[in-house]
Amino acid sequence: MIGDLLNATVLIGIASSGIQLATPYLYASIGEMFGQRSGVLNLGVEGMMLMGAFTAFYTVHNTGSLVLGVLAALMIGALMGLAMAVISVTLQAEQGISGIGIYLFGLGMSDLLFQKSFSQIVTVRGFPTIRIPLLSEIPVIGEVFFEHNLLVYVAFALVPLAWFVLNKTTLGLKIRAVGQNPQAADTMGISVARVRYFTVTLGGMLASMAGASLSIALLNVFQQNMTAGQGFIAVALVYFGSWRPGGVLIGALLFSTVNALQLWVRTKGIDIPAEYASMAPYLLTILALVFASKRVDQPAALSKPFERGD
Amino acid sequence: MTSNGAPHTLPTGHARIDHMEMKGIVKRFPGVLAANQVDFDVRTGEVHALLGENGAGKSTLMKILYGMYQPDAGQITIDGKVASIHSPADAIRQGIGMIHQHFMLVPSLTVAENVALGMPSSRAPMLDLDVVSERIVQLAKTYGLQVDPECPVWQLAVGEQQRIEIIKALYRGAALLILDEPTAVLTPQEVDDLFVTLRQMTADGHALIFISHKLHEVLNISDRITVLRDGCVVGSVPAQGATKSGLARMMVGRDVVFQYKRDEVQTGDVLLRVEDLTAQSDRGTPALRAVSFDVHAGEILGLAGVSGNGQRELAQVIFGLRSATGGKVWLGSQDVTNKEPDTLNALGMSYIPEERMLDGVITDFTVAENVILQEHGQAPCSRGRLFLNPRAILQRSSELIRAFDIKTPNANTPIKSLSGGNIQKLILARELRRKPRVLIAAQPTRGVDIGATEYIHQCLLDQRAQGTATLLISEDLDEIMALSDRIAVLYEGTVVGIVDRKDANVEQLGLMMAGVRADAAS
Ligand SMILES: Nc1ncnc2c1ncn2[C@@H]1O[C@H](COP(=O)(O)OP(=O)(O)O)[C@@H](O)[C@H]1O
Ligand SMILES: [Mg+2]
Repeated sequence: MIGDLLNATVLIGIASSGIQLATPYLYASIGEMFGQRSGVLNLGVEGMMLMGAFTAFYTVHNTGSLVLGVLAALMIGALMGLAMAVISVTLQAEQGISGIGIYLFGLGMSDLLFQKSFSQIVTVRGFPTIRIPLLSEIPVIGEVFFEHNLLVYVAFALVPLAWFVLNKTTLGLKIRAVGQNPQAADTMGISVARVRYFTVTLGGMLASMAGASLSIALLNVFQQNMTAGQGFIAVALVYFGSWRPGGVLIGALLFSTVNALQLWVRTKGIDIPAEYASMAPYLLTILALVFASKRVDQPAALSKPFERGD
Repeated sequence: MTSNGAPHTLPTGHARIDHMEMKGIVKRFPGVLAANQVDFDVRTGEVHALLGENGAGKSTLMKILYGMYQPDAGQITIDGKVASIHSPADAIRQGIGMIHQHFMLVPSLTVAENVALGMPSSRAPMLDLDVVSERIVQLAKTYGLQVDPECPVWQLAVGEQQRIEIIKALYRGAALLILDEPTAVLTPQEVDDLFVTLRQMTADGHALIFISHKLHEVLNISDRITVLRDGCVVGSVPAQGATKSGLARMMVGRDVVFQYKRDEVQTGDVLLRVEDLTAQSDRGTPALRAVSFDVHAGEILGLAGVSGNGQRELAQVIFGLRSATGGKVWLGSQDVTNKEPDTLNALGMSYIPEERMLDGVITDFTVAENVILQEHGQAPCSRGRLFLNPRAILQRSSELIRAFDIKTPNANTPIKSLSGGNIQKLILARELRRKPRVLIAAQPTRGVDIGATEYIHQCLLDQRAQGTATLLISEDLDEIMALSDRIAVLYEGTVVGIVDRKDANVEQLGLMMAGVRADAAS
């Protein structure tokens, strides 16, 4: 079996599928990272992903338009992000608990809507593979990196974009300041609430896109609880990546590659019971959190509601 | 109106504020009237000091002017026009700047990023940090302030951080600058430097509000002095002709002793010995580098230094709340390095922590519950180590409340509704009741009113007379000078020197606090 693994086509296949499977993590984690950088911990990512996955799937199924599918997902994500912002920023609720609430809502609601709308599992025509001219001709590299669908490319493009926004723009500076010392930002005339509304809403939109990338680009189906914990892993990846886009990218690739390996082992159906293989990413999450916790760059105000005056 | 002959435009290019007036300001917090019909004003070219005890309402009044709180009644006018200030952004727009008692800097950002924060960029939406840096350097030159725009703020010493705060305000075009207890964290020399900058700013036409509870500073820097007590203006006097004792009487409402009764005490054996102690900060950087000293029975060793030089870590290591990575702590003849606090308690060590509300009491507990925090499992506070004995607990608390004159409705009042001074007295009462051989007192009077401060100081001196070895950690040089027998100065985690109080003077200690060794400083 180890021999099989060392076979070139298998390796290329696993690497390529690793790149693909990183897509939902990237959307969700980058979005979550913006929220956390501004001091809001959103544990509802999973629920937002499920709602995004369903909405995109439903729209594409009924209209046949991928553009409309993406727009619908962005809209539902923005709404759920706004809801999280109202609860955690304006109402100053305990963020961990309200995130779980959002998750349970998304889990139940997406399933209910699915049951009402479809009597059986159906598929849609999702985003087609785009082979990048010339680059995809390069042996090995081309196959691994340049034969994916549009949402995969966009997900990877988000990484440098997020880095740029955070580090090179006035908005990014505000986000970082609000997450580290909201009192200071407040005295400098920045509206802490407005910045957090923005990041949490953006996070909702990206989480929803993460779901959409599953239902209309990678798998092209919708099923109850189809995200299977990926939203929670995405939250963990933000810690794992020390709140930096590059770190999140490394984490996402690590997890997706373990996932791809695990899938391959399962299709082979040998040696290791499938349950152990599918446990691997979750085990890795726990280990990652143990070793990555309490970094210096952790936003000091993470999960603390802000109120003027001490 | 042109007063003082200063030009209408400030050197920063912004318009100046000729006259700002607050009239009839009222601000109520649950249970406190923090401002009661307060009138206050400041003019271009002057320093108007706001003097008052801790809790008098100085910060509250200024936060109203800066738009952080909304007054329940009253009006603010700037140059005769009513100003509506609903947020710091409004205040900044009106030319008001504020340097807060607790600095408002983002430690992980650089100086330039902190200054640029929230300001429009010439290259929006992108940052223009190079332009900002240039302007910072220019402002720094104008006002004689040393800064490096590229440096991350967490690497800066407190004095440097304050310079960044001033530049931040100037960068935003502050014509009126509020300084809330700006000298609390500075060495005497840094205070002098700050005053040079402030004098230059008033000469340029800035209007300054200077908040302090230190009389000599207020007399030194201001043109006018307004005294606040319990949210009311007690009086407003020109600095010329004002005296320390007169101001103190206005501030406290009675005469204040500046001298304590301190008897000559024969010192005994060494009760606390610290040998080459090293430890790390929360960040994992070295906080203590081979600290050594002894404290004898009947002696108060004052540990002076600017905050953040290892004082907090030292107290924690001695009391077993932080691990020593090297060196030893001796209590009498016993090695107590890295022992647990309850062991140390039992061996006769007591600790008055610097963060009173965090480490000294449990804020949601009652006074009585806080009294028995360490002894809830021992007779007579508990029966058979299982059940609390409410009668004994109440009796114990009532005794301490009486003996230490703690102002509380009763022993079952939640501790958080007591004033800072009374909470501190309670902690002191609890610790001294156990007759400690060694007492670690960290910032025992920080944020405490003068009455309680006097009381606490006298308690520490009485304890000394009874043979306790006291380590007094304080950033307040006046307190150190008033109480200590010997004075050690901590700088960047090392003891730069230990001097006898009789030979010590403020200038020398100030230099030592900036890292100059004792022999070179004298
Ligand atoms: N945000 C707040 N909520 C409730 N009470 C407050 C608040 N801020 C200040 N106070 C109370 O108002 C009074 C004045 O406080 P403050 O203005 O900070 O005094 P000072 O600056 O003169 O030491 C104190 O009794 C304080 O406890
Ligand atoms: Mg104050």
